[in-house]
Amino acid sequence: MQQVKPLEPKADPAPSRWSYRYQRLMLTPLFRKLLRVGVPFCLIIGLGTAYFSNPERREAIALAVIDLREQIETRPEFMVNLLAVEGASATVEEDIREIFPHDLPASSFDIDLDAVRLSIAGLPAVASASVRVRQGGVLVAYVQERQPVAIWRSRDGLGVVDIEGVVIGDIMQRADRADLPVIAGKGATDAVPEAMAILQAAAPLRSRLRGLVRMGERRWDVVLDRGQRILLPETDPVRALERVIVLAEVQDMLERDLAAVDMRLASRPTIRMNENAVSEWWRVTKMTVGAEE
Amino acid sequence: MIELYESQRAMRNMRRAAMQRGVVAVLDVGTSKIACLVLRFDGSDRLRETEGVGALAGQAGFRVIGAATTRSRGVRYGEITTMTETERAIRTALQAAQKMANIRVDHVIACFSGAEPRSYGLAGQVSLEASTVSEQDISRVLSSCDVPDFGEGREVLHAQPVNFALDHRSGLSDPRGQLGQDLAVDMHMLTVDGTAIQNLAHCVKRCDLELAGLASSAYVSGISALVEDEQELGAACIDMGGGSAGVSIFMKKHMIYADSVRIGGEHVTGDISMGLQVPHATAERIKTFYGGVVATGMDDRDIIEIGGETGDWEHDRRTVSRAELIGIMRPRVEEILEEVRARLDAAGFQHLPSQQIVLTGGGSQIPGLDGLATRILGQQVRLGRPLRVHGLPQAATGAGFASAVGMCLFAANPQDEWWDFEIPVDRYPARSLKRAVKWFKDNW
Repeated sequence: MQQVKPLEPKADPAPSRWSYRYQRLMLTPLFRKLLRVGVPFCLIIGLGTAYFSNPERREAIALAVIDLREQIETRPEFMVNLLAVEGASATVEEDIREIFPHDLPASSFDIDLDAVRLSIAGLPAVASASVRVRQGGVLVAYVQERQPVAIWRSRDGLGVVDIEGVVIGDIMQRADRADLPVIAGKGATDAVPEAMAILQAAAPLRSRLRGLVRMGERRWDVVLDRGQRILLPETDPVRALERVIVLAEVQDMLERDLAAVDMRLASRPTIRMNENAVSEWWRVTKMTVGAEE
Repeated sequence: MIELYESQRAMRNMRRAAMQRGVVAVLDVGTSKIACLVLRFDGSDRLRETEGVGALAGQAGFRVIGAATTRSRGVRYGEITTMTETERAIRTALQAAQKMANIRVDHVIACFSGAEPRSYGLAGQVSLEASTVSEQDISRVLSSCDVPDFGEGREVLHAQPVNFALDHRSGLSDPRGQLGQDLAVDMHMLTVDGTAIQNLAHCVKRCDLELAGLASSAYVSGISALVEDEQELGAACIDMGGGSAGVSIFMKKHMIYADSVRIGGEHVTGDISMGLQVPHATAERIKTFYGGVVATGMDDRDIIEIGGETGDWEHDRRTVSRAELIGIMRPRVEEILEEVRARLDAAGFQHLPSQQIVLTGGGSQIPGLDGLATRILGQQVRLGRPLRVHGLPQAATGAGFASAVGMCLFAANPQDEWWDFEIPVDRYPARSLKRAVKWFKDNW
């Protein structure tokens, strides 16, 4: 059968109106940029938001992250098994072990070395400390201890102080640390270096020395046995003490029955005699006067 | 007259915007092919204010970045007859060109050859208000031209002032600032059928593009095919297209006449098709491969296989000698050239100082055409090819692309048209206050 409708002549190929428009749109620079940057951006943001809007998924991801972190942190390479303390005496080491905040073995990620160092340095007996994790899972604390230089007698009891006046520890009896000199008085710990200098100068009197007393938080008294005192001035006490020692050596001054040697006025050293000595002095003077009469 | 040019002014503004954006497409809507070139203006030549043709013959400022050609559909005699088909063809060409340029084009400048162009010579004269010629004087003298009645439904395509005369001095290209009494102007106006413009504008609009300019194909072919001294001394450009042959006469770098002959290469093909009893496509192929207009003894022995697909061996193995083919083609080509001769004579071409004739367009590629044209049109005939512009593909350098290339030059360096000048004060209703002031000045 012949077709009733005549065959339409085949048209030349041409882009359809829509494909033409689409191509023009794709050739628009702004649109292309938008397509290249904007669409992936929006897609990622949208998908991410949609995914994370479910709290269960959020939790699961947080858990997975924590788990992974845990896995890495607890690898044997990162574990600290041992705490080594170097440069500390047994008691201090014990204290350090006591205050060490972590249970070993612990991951080195969990150990805050700065905090550990600060807590060790916060111990009274420790002057400075440095902490590092050594290979093989050893946490090493290098400690520099405070050196006790004197015993500080206060109302609360006896304490050991270092050169900076920091109380390192308590002792029950004076005899526990017979090698250390005693200092006392309010504010004594603030001037320990001065006290040390005085004590060094007082070496000739060591056998008689009982200790130093800080008077009025400004000057020192040297206390000897038999209740004798040497009152030192605020300024240049060592020199004043040396003068006293010279006097003592030359005139055996301190062997005499003195209550105190007052050196507070450098131009006018004064001695205070005991009552007995005064009366004896008066008696002898009277006797001498009487004999003369 | 003001309303007439509103659309032209709008197009000119559009063109300026396109230049600002830097990309514009030119579209040559021909009968046999539709060519589209995408131009990019790099801005180096845009602000040039000097007179005459610029560096590299005015082609320094732009570059062709996309070119595409497609077979034309729905165009006859250079006029659009089937809108949808033409729209599809324009779309095809534009899409390919845009793809090659890799940029979107929004503005297009189009040219077409048909629509019965008619040339008018206009003259106007005014006496100057001041001693020197000002912009306003030029506007006034342009608007003083007495426009002939060019008929209902026709549109002005070009209206170019070609000559200014100040008192007895003629041949001024720019009289501004000169001293004188009376300013006269000669203007060339080209009108075409309005429906053709509307059809083309509609097709372009259907392709989502803005029409940023219109030109006559004959005019732009002349721009590209005539060399500078030919344009200066006077020459005619014959653009032998598919459906029509455009004639444009140039003098002192201005077009002074344009016309078109409604016979073209398609008719030659049709003659071959009828004479040899072959399909149109085969006839076209035979014409382009073996065509000619001057038969020699050799051509009798040059046998051409016509071919066919009927299945009849005798029918499919037909042959024809090249001399026979030439015998078919020559009368039609002669007819075209004689028509052109008649148009040139009507325009008074023989009175020009130089009688140079340049043949261009796809039809000018017929071998031996120059010899034939010399016999019909005169001795000074040469075949012209469009000059080279930056980035033009090799495939688009042939004579058939003369108008497309001319459109590039037209886009880059447009001729001043009537509507490019200021509207004169006394014709401009919005400036009525200025007129009142002027009246006061004159009378008090």
